[in-house]
Amino acid sequence: MSELSERVLRGDHRAIARMISYSEDGDPRAAEEMKLLHPHAGNAYVIGVTGVMGAGKSTLICELAREFRSRGKKVGVVAVDPTSPFTGGALLGDRIRMNELVSDPDIFIRSMGTRGMLGGIASAVFDAVEILDASGKDIVIVETVGVGQAEVDVIKVADTTMVVLVPGLGDSIQTIKAGIMEIADIFVVNKADRPGIERAVAEIESLLDLVQVPGQRRIPIIQTVARDRKGVPELVNEVEKHLSHLKGTDIFEKRRRVRYEAELVEIIRKKLMNLIFDETVFREKVDTLLDRIQERKLDPYSAADEILSNVLK
Amino acid sequence: MAKKIRVLVAKPGLDGHDRGAKIVARALRDAGMEVIYTGLHQTADMIVQTAIQEDVDVVGLSLLSGAHMTLFTDVLDLLKQKGMDDVLVVGGGIIPEGDVPELRKAGMKGIFGPGASVEEIVQFIQENVKG
Repeated sequence: MSELSERVLRGDHRAIARMISYSEDGDPRAAEEMKLLHPHAGNAYVIGVTGVMGAGKSTLICELAREFRSRGKKVGVVAVDPTSPFTGGALLGDRIRMNELVSDPDIFIRSMGTRGMLGGIASAVFDAVEILDASGKDIVIVETVGVGQAEVDVIKVADTTMVVLVPGLGDSIQTIKAGIMEIADIFVVNKADRPGIERAVAEIESLLDLVQVPGQRRIPIIQTVARDRKGVPELVNEVEKHLSHLKGTDIFEKRRRVRYEAELVEIIRKKLMNLIFDETVFREKVDTLLDRIQERKLDPYSAADEILSNVLK
Repeated sequence: MAKKIRVLVAKPGLDGHDRGAKIVARALRDAGMEVIYTGLHQTADMIVQTAIQEDVDVVGLSLLSGAHMTLFTDVLDLLKQKGMDDVLVVGGGIIPEGDVPELRKAGMKGIFGPGASVEEIVQFIQENVKG
């Protein structure tokens, strides 16, 4: 066991934070440490929180964390925000809504930028979840903005996924249903004190009617006003009910298997990407290939084959 | 993957003026950094705990209330106490020339008063952050 991993297992926040950075940066130390941590993980319950922008996800997570703490659970939070594809920079502001939690030694919050395709956000999130898990957190909450393939991938890490909506979306519930609606285990309608709440709930109900299989668990809709902590204990009860539902069947183990498959695929993808796009080799080679493509002496498909044949030989 | 510069931008104390902090935060983001912004009314403990959890390379403090001598040094002391002395700490706000030497002595590497340009701040961080 390395010194760093040992500190992570003891729950040392600095060590946890440093390990997550290694993983985000693709530092070779990350893989070595993750190998040491894996046997110690698997005990945390992972909750995914996704939904439209401005739905109040961060505030809701703050209150969820508080509720779990009051039930004696240690909590980790991973909040993912988009990185600008143009500058590579990111403004990570989810903590603004979670300030009250920061002095609690049994809560760890980490903000992450998506860092574009090559960065492989999914694998950094998987690692962060496993690090927090190994460090002794009982609950790990992952927050993402519910758009885009990468974020749907990220949510595969969760045992329970909440989709957070707000009243007044109207027909846009129809438009976000593809991809996002399918992954919900619990629907949360936040800001339930706003006008249009009945209609929002009715719309989700009617969507659920369409997909409901007789005899199977119906996806619950929980109304919350996170700002006032309303509905949050009920929401946590619902998470616990979902957990016992999963544990009562083989779905729990199946889901974990999906998670590890996603993780495995992601690690392989990242390794291949790094191999192919290795700056020093790739840059040199790609420039000469691009010259030929531009002069129409070579087509992009053949160029891709040429690069890949170098990697896969 | 190159290591990204991670910066915490924080407003300690009871000062409610965060336009400057937000403008700096955006400029740092546009320079390709990951900026964690925590909002107003932070205690020294909140700032240092956030710096630890986010594993930042830089802490940027903004204060316009005049309490910088107390609040900036509180953060600097607590960072040291927690073994975070490898973090680059910079500060901005209405800071009289006369206070600068003492803040520097306390460990604040960059101090940006009224009139400092965002380019200056970005450049200072890029040049002084530890890789």
